[in-house]
Parts: sequence; structure tokens; C-alpha cells
Amino acid sequence: MNLTLRIWRQPDPQNKGRMITYRVTDVSPDMSFLEMLDMLNERLTLEGEEPVAFDHDCREGICGMCGLMINGVAHGPERATTTCQLHMRQFKDGDTIDVEPWRARAFPVVKDLVVDRSAFDRIIQAGGYVSAPTGSAPDAHAVPVPKADADAAFEAATCIGCGACVAACPNGSAMLFTAAKVTHLGLLPQGQPERRDRVLDMVAAQDEAGFGGCTNAGECTPACPKGIPLEVIGRLNRDHLKATTRPTR
Amino acid sequence: MYYVDGEPIADTKAPDGPIETRWDRRRFGAKLVNPANRRKLTVIVVGTGLAGGSAAATLGEAGYHVKSYCYQDSPRRAHSIAAQGGINAAKNYRNDGDSIHRLFYDTVKGGDFRSRESNVYRLAQVSVEIIDQCVAQGVPFAREYGGLLDNRSFGGAQVSRTFYARGQTGQQLLLGAYQALERQVAAGTVETYTRHEMLELIVVDGRARGIVVRDLVTGEVRTDFADAVVLATGGYGNVFFLSTNAKGCNVTASWRAHRKGALFANPCYTQIHPTCIPQSGEHQSKLTLMSESLRNDGRVWVPLKAGDTRAPGDIPEAERDYYLERIYPSFGNLVPRDIASRAAKNVCDEGRGVGPGGLGVYLDFADAISRLGRDAVEAKYGNLFEMYERITGEDPYEVPMRIYPAVHYTMGGLWVDYDLQATIPGLFVIGEANFSDHGANRLGASALMQGLADGYFVLPNTINDYLAAGPFPQVDADHPDAVEARTAVEDRLARLLAVDGDRTVDSFHRELGRIMWDYCGMERTEEGLRKAIELIRALRDEYWQRVRVPGSAATLNQSLEKAGRVADFFELAELMCIDALHRSESCGGHFRAESQTEDGEARRDDENFTYVAAWEWAGASAPPVLHKEDLSFEYVQPSQRSYK
Repeated sequence: MNLTLRIWRQPDPQNKGRMITYRVTDVSPDMSFLEMLDMLNERLTLEGEEPVAFDHDCREGICGMCGLMINGVAHGPERATTTCQLHMRQFKDGDTIDVEPWRARAFPVVKDLVVDRSAFDRIIQAGGYVSAPTGSAPDAHAVPVPKADADAAFEAATCIGCGACVAACPNGSAMLFTAAKVTHLGLLPQGQPERRDRVLDMVAAQDEAGFGGCTNAGECTPACPKGIPLEVIGRLNRDHLKATTRPTR
Repeated sequence: MYYVDGEPIADTKAPDGPIETRWDRRRFGAKLVNPANRRKLTVIVVGTGLAGGSAAATLGEAGYHVKSYCYQDSPRRAHSIAAQGGINAAKNYRNDGDSIHRLFYDTVKGGDFRSRESNVYRLAQVSVEIIDQCVAQGVPFAREYGGLLDNRSFGGAQVSRTFYARGQTGQQLLLGAYQALERQVAAGTVETYTRHEMLELIVVDGRARGIVVRDLVTGEVRTDFADAVVLATGGYGNVFFLSTNAKGCNVTASWRAHRKGALFANPCYTQIHPTCIPQSGEHQSKLTLMSESLRNDGRVWVPLKAGDTRAPGDIPEAERDYYLERIYPSFGNLVPRDIASRAAKNVCDEGRGVGPGGLGVYLDFADAISRLGRDAVEAKYGNLFEMYERITGEDPYEVPMRIYPAVHYTMGGLWVDYDLQATIPGLFVIGEANFSDHGANRLGASALMQGLADGYFVLPNTINDYLAAGPFPQVDADHPDAVEARTAVEDRLARLLAVDGDRTVDSFHRELGRIMWDYCGMERTEEGLRKAIELIRALRDEYWQRVRVPGSAATLNQSLEKAGRVADFFELAELMCIDALHRSESCGGHFRAESQTEDGEARRDDENFTYVAAWEWAGASAPPVLHKEDLSFEYVQPSQRSYK
């Protein structure tokens, strides 16, 4: 099939970007979206133009490195699918496709479609862990964990940190990301000792990083390639309230 | 003359005596570093996968000053994240006869008697601590209704010792290590440098003292220094272009260390995984693994007759060949990876393959669905089925999956001693980047085990013995060795940009990968390998004359990143073929057509090849030097594998 792409090109953070139109021909429906961009980049290289910069790595939907706004939708039209797993059979011959980077104050554009998501690492640094120095662990069976809790913790822990939730949110909030980690660790016995400090510190780090506030718009979950449920935000809010009223320090 | 013989080498750090106490005795014999002195010692760790992430976190906890580097935009994205199946540990929670000794035995046997007994025994010992550590970090392993951890049997093991987190075990383990790492960043012991790529090792007075890195955003090339350098930079499967590795996985860090004097061991040992989604066309950029656990319930088959193009549902039972069950009645669909892969290749070579280009076999769940019900199958494999459908557009509940082997893991890597130290003092190599534990073939669910064993438990103990002699004399960016290394990097980048030819980096990489797949893939012959070496050399020369790298070195330039990696892959590819050529036996993942039994199974040659082949770089125009490390087996008697 033949497609028209309108792609955001921006040389660096200092210079303004703009949408540039490219035509791609002979796109196979079995190609992934990124393979289609690879094809464009091969051509641009040979034509003496700089290829389009975009982030990607595992190309199997788990590393969280890729992420494009495709026709204004984070990761494109297919639900629960990262950009690298989106295939061209989702599009039709003659389509015009807009391709943009994540747009959020906390994710500045680095170049073209590449953004800086280091703010996510800073949120994790603030408390997204259990303090368990290597070697200090008791036997793995010392503390049984009810299966339902373990399963729910796992579900929250499947977040890949891609940032689609932020890109989809009208406020540019990272609440789904933060709440997924708060939920994952808060549901497990190992996460209890630090539970209250964790939620306070992670939310503070999130605010400091320039993410917007959560107004329960609910745009994040549908954009999440791993389907992290909205209820994790409810859990975060409950933990935050408890921690604020009964601080540990 | 492809190579020359050098002096044999020995692993001088491995204690002798009873194997059960070797690790204890080594730890006791190793020097310690006073806690107050640790912060004066700096360690650079390159790579943030299971090995690098866990090592950096643990060294930080111990109080060392750690600098952690990765090329991705966050340490959490290293390719360990994509491991699906699980992690082995000799917990014997199932009371099914498992033990440290059995895991050790299985791993040595699985490695086809080409690994070190001492290392493998230690790996099995440490495995139990890994699970404890990960649970304490909050890794949400699968659990049973009683709240205890679930286990499954994996990849041909006859005990259930694999711990897992649905199909995302690597992700959960890596996030555990990543979170521990970020905790140390907050504590001030670890500094992380993301979007930085190591392009050279700095060796001063015979010791590894630093690295040259390129900031991938600004393009700045700079040097960094430490008392020791740890490489945790993963495997080199991307030399094949198509593999299950992430697109960015590369050999550059290891290769640069190799060129500076570190021996590279067993480069030809590559693991080809039998259950990947077949290639759909020339545009294919990578291959996706479907967890091996699928073989627990799926049945592998092809049409009995060559050239049968009927839809799978139209082929009656009598005209199907469930070839694994037929050839290997006792293991059936669960034979080890190399056997399953080669069997798939053989039936496709006979013209019985299915799907585009005849490069695929069926993995059929119809029996499992009728025996267990669709819901039970969905509960076990739902996410894998969805992934398959997303990629292929076919519903595996209705139509059998198509699978084909793909390059997945590389057992070879930089040579290390029992302390995981390379032949350059102060250079340590952990995880897939080293060669030490898997021999000629790795068992399923053992990569995660080894990465975390090295990073959490082995390296943080053994590196003390080296660091106890530090801090070493201060080195800075103006030191002649540092200037030379940085200049070499800048020159290489400039050369790549200056060619300005008429072919893209990817077009060369694809062509190189095709050569490697055809001649150094599942089956290797003397004739093919000789041909491959000539083809690689010619293509490499062409590369430096015709490659086009657009843009400049002073900015984010993904073409330039790829160009440097592919340049190193060319050199590695040649060494892989030389190694495969010299090893005229078949063992593990290395199958030489000339060395097979009458019924087509691999024939090992213990008399001539019970050694590690460790290669020394002798310069761009000189043949590599082969150093042999003899292997001895005191606890597991070498036997010919038989899965019939």
C-alpha cells in the first residue's frame, strides 16, 4: 500500500520543529510500524537526507523504549499494543498518518520523535523500591503472599515505563505510572514497611519533575499498552491520604 | 592460515578440592576491602541488564563509588527485560528430587561438557539465594493458592525448578534490579549515565582503568576512569542481523576490550531458539521469540509430503509428521533447543516447511485445547497467543502457530577466570558477555540465573580481592593512554562519516547476517566456513568504501551508532567463523556436518576438543592466536547426549 506520512522533525531542543510530509510506497501489511519507518529512513539516507530519529529497542513490546503519537493517539490505533508491535495491516492504502513525539512538559523533545523520559527514573529513585540490600533476604517461602495479592501486584508491575499515559493525559500527568509502582509494592508484604513514605515521596518527585496533576480524566488506561487499570490511581490516592494523615516521620 | 597456536591458559583462581566448598574457600581466600575505604574506590559498570544492574546496585550498597552506563534512555530497558520463560533455582520446593548437585549436573550436561565444573557448581549454589533476594525486593513471581511460589518444568528438565512471573520473568527480575539500582542513585553511591555508549577501553600500566564513551545525545566523546571496569554488555547475537536481541544489542564494548588484549572465548557457540515467529518478508527487522513453555502443550508437526500446500486444517492426521515425537519418543516436543532447532531446519530443507518461503513448522494446540479446554490454555499462554496474533494476524486458537528457529543467545564471550576477571587485570565481565557457565549450549531459564548470580553474588565478592590493592594511581583525561584511546574513537567516527558511499549501514548488516546464518548458523561445514570467511572479508572491505552514514558526529545520530556497531560485527563474524572452523567436532549449539553419528546426531570429540578456545587479537592484518584452556570433569562424567 501507499501512504502519506506527516512526521515531526526537530533538529534539537533549541530549535523549533515542524511537520514534514513524506510519501512511502509498497508498504507491506505485514510490516510493523517501525519497519515502515526503517524503510523510509533507508530511502532518506540514500537520498542524502537525515533519517528520522525515533527511539526503539526490543521491538517486542516490553522494553518501553518506543512510543509515538500516531494520528494523535499514543502508540496508534490498536489497543494494548506498543508502537513496535503495531502492524501496517491496521492501516489502509492511501491513508495519511501523523507521527509525532510524546508531548508533555516533563518529556522534552531531544530530536525528531525522541523525547527525554528521565523524569520517570527520578520518580523511582524517590521510593519505587523495597530496601532489601543484596544478601539480607530471608528464605523466599518465609512469607506467603495470597495469590490474589500477588496477581494484582504483578498486573501493576507489568508497566513498561513507556510514557504513553503521560502523553495521553490532558494534564501531562504521570499518575498511572507512579500509581502502578505504588500499587505493585503496596500489595506485597515486602513493601509494607516503606509504604507510607514511598507514596508521599514518589508523588512529590512526580510534581517536582513537572508532570501535571491527575484529574481522573481516565485517558491513561486506554492508552496503556499493558492495560494498567485505572484502579491503581484509587489505591495511590487512598495510600496518600492515609500517609498524609498518619505520617511516619 | 586462519590462526596460530599460542600458549595454553589456566584459570588460576579456581580452588581445587571438594567442589562443594570451592566457592566458600575462594571467598575466604579473597582479600576484603575495609568499609571505610570502599568509597575511595570507583567501579565503572557498563550495561544495566540483570548482570550489570544487579552488580551496580550491590557494589553501591557495599559502599563503592559506582558509575553505571547504558545506551538506552533508562537502565530499565536493557534487553534482559524481554526474557519470558523463567529462572532456575535448586530450591527443591517441589520435593521432586532436585538439588544443587542436580542443577549442576543438568547444566554441565546441557552445556555438552564444554563448561567449567567449578563455575557451574557455584552457579547452582548461588541460585537459591537469587530467588530469596528477588522475593525480598518485591518481584511478583507466580504463586499458588497457598501463597507459596509456583514452579514449572522448563526446557527439557525433569524437575520443576523454574520460577516465573507469567511470560514476563525477565521484566520483573530486571525491574527488581533496576529499582535497587535507583535506590543507590538516591543514596548517592551510584551515578547513572544513560544514552551513553562505550566505544573503547582504557588500559593504563596493564590495568583496565577507564572507558571512552560517546554521549549519544550531544555526540560528545569523553573519557571516564575507575579502579576497575565491569562489562555487562550482553551477547552478540545481532551479528546475524535477525535475532531475538533488541536492535541496539551489540558487541562493541566486548570487542573493543578484546582488541585491547582481553581473550574472546568460544565465539562460535550460539544458541538458536526453536520457537520464534517466522520471518514474514525482506522488511523483517528482528525476530520475536515465543516462550519455550509453549512446547509443554503444543505439538510440532509438518506435512508428511514435501510441497504440501494445503491449509493445516485440511491435512488429515495420517498425513502429518509429528517429527519430534517420532524421532525422540522419550522427550518428544521437549527436546533441548539445539535439537529442536536442527530438526526444524532438516524438515524445512526436505521441502516440508510451511508458511512464506517454506521456513516454518507448525506448533499445534488443537490437542491441548480439546484435552484441557480453551480456558485452561488461555490461562497458561493467553499473552503469548495474543502476541502471536498481533504480529501475524492469525489466531492460534484456530490455526496452528508457525514457528522457526532464530538466533537467541550467545554462549561465547570474553574469557574470564573463576573471579570473572578477564585477561586484562581490573576488567571484569559478567552475564551473557562472558563465556563461563553455559559451555556449548545454555539450558532454558539459566540465562537469568547466571546474570543475577554474577551481578548480585559472585562479582561483588570476587572484585574485592582485586580492589584491595587499590586505589590505583590517579589517571585523568590527559594521560597519554586516555588521549590515545579517545583519539582512536574520534578517528573511527570521522572515518565512518567520511566514506559517504552509496549503501546504508543496514543493507550491509543484513548481508553480513545472511552470510552468518547460511554458513555459521545451525549447521556448519568446513567448506561453508571457509567461504564465509572470504565473503565477510570482501564485504568488510566494501563496507569501508561504500557505506553511507548521514549527519554529523556532534548530535544524536542513530546511523552513526549503528555504523560503529556493524564495523565491529564484521571483525567478530570472522573470528566466529574461524572458531567454528577450527572446532571440527559437533557440540551443543555448534553442529559441524562432518561430525555426526549415522543417524544424524551431533558427535562430540572429547579427545581433541575438551577445551575452551580463547582467542587473542593479534592485529587487523594478523591471524588470531588460539589459547586453549583444558577442561576436566571430575564430578560429571562426559557422556554422549541422547534424547531418544
